Amino acid sequence: MLSQETLKKIDREIAKYPADQKQSAVMAALALAQEEKGWLAQETIACVAEYLGMAPMAAYEVATFYNMYDLAPVGKYKLTVCTNLPCALSGGVHVADYLKQKLGVDFNETTADGMFTLKEGECLGVCGDAPVMLVNNRRLCSYMATEEIDKLLAELKS
Amino acid sequence: MLDIEIDGKTLQVPEGSTVMDAAHQAGTYIPHFCYHKKLSIAANCRMCLVQVEKAPKPMPACATPVTNGMKVFTHSELAINAQKGVMEFLLINHPLDCPICDQGGECQLQDLSAGYGGGASRYQEEKRVVVNKNLGPLVSTDMTRCIHCTRCVRFTQEIAGLMELGQAYRGEHAEIMPFVEQTVASELSGNIIDLCPVGALTSKPFRFSARSWEMARRKSVSPHDGLGSNLIVQTKHDRVLRVLPLENEAVNECWLSDKDRFSYEALNSAERLTQPMLKQDGKWINASWQQALDYVAHAFKDIAKDHGAAALGALTAPQATLEELFLTQKLLRGLGSGNVDSRLRQSDFALDGKLGGAPWLGMKIAEINALDRALVVGSFLRKDQPLLAQRLRQAAKRGCQVSLIHSADDDTLVKIFAKSIVAPSQLPGLLAQVVKSAAEQKGATVDAELAKVSVTPEAQKIAASLVSGTNAAILLGNFAQQHAQAATLHALAQQLAKITGAKFGYLGEAANSVGAYVAKAVPQAGGLNAAQILASPLKGYLLLQAEPELDCANPQQTLAALQKAATVVVMSPFKLASTLEYADVLLPVAPFTETSGTFINTEGRVQSFNAVVKPLGDTRPGWKVLRVLGNLLGLPGFEQNSSEEVRAEALAGQPEFVADRLNNQANGVVLNLSLSAAGLERVSDVPIYFADALVRRAPSLQKSLDAKQPRARMNAATLAKLGVAAGKQVKVKQGSGVAQMTAELDAGLPDNCVRVAAGHVLTAGLGAMQGTLTVEPM
Repeated sequence: MLSQETLKKIDREIAKYPADQKQSAVMAALALAQEEKGWLAQETIACVAEYLGMAPMAAYEVATFYNMYDLAPVGKYKLTVCTNLPCALSGGVHVADYLKQKLGVDFNETTADGMFTLKEGECLGVCGDAPVMLVNNRRLCSYMATEEIDKLLAELKS
Repeated sequence: MLDIEIDGKTLQVPEGSTVMDAAHQAGTYIPHFCYHKKLSIAANCRMCLVQVEKAPKPMPACATPVTNGMKVFTHSELAINAQKGVMEFLLINHPLDCPICDQGGECQLQDLSAGYGGGASRYQEEKRVVVNKNLGPLVSTDMTRCIHCTRCVRFTQEIAGLMELGQAYRGEHAEIMPFVEQTVASELSGNIIDLCPVGALTSKPFRFSARSWEMARRKSVSPHDGLGSNLIVQTKHDRVLRVLPLENEAVNECWLSDKDRFSYEALNSAERLTQPMLKQDGKWINASWQQALDYVAHAFKDIAKDHGAAALGALTAPQATLEELFLTQKLLRGLGSGNVDSRLRQSDFALDGKLGGAPWLGMKIAEINALDRALVVGSFLRKDQPLLAQRLRQAAKRGCQVSLIHSADDDTLVKIFAKSIVAPSQLPGLLAQVVKSAAEQKGATVDAELAKVSVTPEAQKIAASLVSGTNAAILLGNFAQQHAQAATLHALAQQLAKITGAKFGYLGEAANSVGAYVAKAVPQAGGLNAAQILASPLKGYLLLQAEPELDCANPQQTLAALQKAATVVVMSPFKLASTLEYADVLLPVAPFTETSGTFINTEGRVQSFNAVVKPLGDTRPGWKVLRVLGNLLGLPGFEQNSSEEVRAEALAGQPEFVADRLNNQANGVVLNLSLSAAGLERVSDVPIYFADALVRRAPSLQKSLDAKQPRARMNAATLAKLGVAAGKQVKVKQGSGVAQMTAELDAGLPDNCVRVAAGHVLTAGLGAMQGTLTVEPM
């Protein structure tokens, strides 16, 4: 189900924990599986669970709890906008509205060309930089005024 | 010990106690939902908030450890306000549908909201709605009512052994669900109904049939496996509507297996026999009790006169009551025949006459939890004794090394330390290896035959585990008891127990397996055993609560014998279609809910119960029928006026335990380690919902995954060798019998083994539960 390469990476994560606590690596393992597959299908979650010797439901709980795990296919770029209080006070909601209008999609939707998926996110821990957004779970963008958003979209499209 | 003051009451509690434990000890009730004494602490409902002196905020009683000198106020203004606040939050999304909710009247949320809830809600917004989940035929869901206490999740994880339920998503979106599209398949799943403090999980078979306050609650005892779970049977208008656990820490704790809980449905089955019936000129006619019993008395007398009393035999189900078993053997022996047996699925009787007493668990049930080493020999543990398996699971969690020797590798959901899976014919040889290895490690000597075996590393690992323990047990499961070399397995286990200093016992097959020995419903010197009773066709048979074509070790031989007999008297609560062909008289006797009686469980505990409802139609308690039959036959000693008198006679008093009748020590057993099995070997399990007459007729249990049609299961190598593909129809032939079944891959089986379940109509045409068979593609 998962490639040898991913399994090897998961093994490295497992090695960080005591031998009888393999399931401690579940978050890293799910992230790696998502990296390979693009998103976490039920079979992928079950596969990770089996590899870690845990009940599939336990892995599913983790996968559904954190919103960085995608339970449905996403576009090439997943844009997660924080709408928690500090961001909201500094215009996070406007960022989201602007993105919606610009991309023509609502939250949890993907553009027709498959480029962008818009997600509503939770606090990213850099409230001082509000409003913030996240590209593909990895790249944090601060102070997202409309010009910054235009710049970012142009960059991603190119 | 720690000092604590709860609401001004001072008491001492052991170190490590929580405030909840202390309150319990003090007799103070703290409202709670998620806390359950048998489950881990979650502290997620927040209902048990109390005020603790010097703590700046209310603390959850279930998760706050007691410290020395702690002062707790459970009813202070702070505590009450906190609890009221929590209740308001809990009710935000809870629907106000109590009038149509099955939990109404026995709902913790309903009760507590009366004490802590507001008269009206301040919440005017829309409530959330959660899609219901499919949790199988036993548990009905209304997930909108769920308050996310996660008791059901923790139960499946901690008690049932597999986390089948979980809480997906989070916050407002959290939902309790099984892993996508799967349902709950645990044999203990019914307990989540009891655990659910609201109406989110309710009993599907019981749904909308009564309110809790309309029903009478009566105590009873489960008539299924050897555990003898204590029951509360709830009845209305002389009908059993529901069964709940009666808490007994020494037996079933607060749990019930689904078999115990839902088998009551069979009591209202259309297959109930409600009137005595006689076969005249091949036609069945209804008869009065007088006619029917006269007929039986004459028939038995005639057979005794013409062919000798030894031409009579009785087969009793091990689920019959002690009183019925006792009177049956008394009747037969009164007539001069010692042919009575209740070990219907047993095939090796070499232990008869050599055992010191009734084979039993060898310890108290509660002692299982304290074991540090256990070896289970030949057992479909989870399906045969679900709650004993649960105790082993808890023991394993505490560090007990549980090893398994068996012929099928079903997931026990118990952490297994070492296991060895071999063909049935190899089982004695394998156990012999463990004995030899244990003897070598202990420096004990074994006799020549054992010295010859060569020890595999796995057997050595099992032996080493047993030798290193201080509180070990060796347990023979149903499969070992039904094994064709059961006596050898017994003798080897006994020897192993002696070498390693372990306890040695049987996992009791049926509710009254021990009771049958105590009542002497097993052959004594000169009497024929179950196999012989059927092998040398007798003239007259008395069948008590048994359905021999499904309950006996060799259904083929059983049917042949019964069809040849001159008179077959069936005493049963049910009429089975195939019974009608060979029987001559059908006497409707009461199932466990309609008669008083006694079961002696696998630890030797004597548990008596009363009838909870009136007998259906003309049904009569079995002991009364046998007593009258004894009178009609003119036998002495049939003057009992109550089942208590029968019990007193059978037990010589009113003991709580029959400890003096229990003994697993057998002397002079000749070991039979010969390993000759040519061809394909049959591995037989008795699926949990085909094991006795009641469960076979419980519609909801029959819809569950465990009740699916038996398949011919083989491992990949065997399938390939036979040229059979999984999923394809095959012809299974054993003796003169043929069964058409679907082949299935079961990677856990040894080579050259075919697993074919017993106890099912589909396989009732086949021969013995253990033997060789052939499989042909269709």
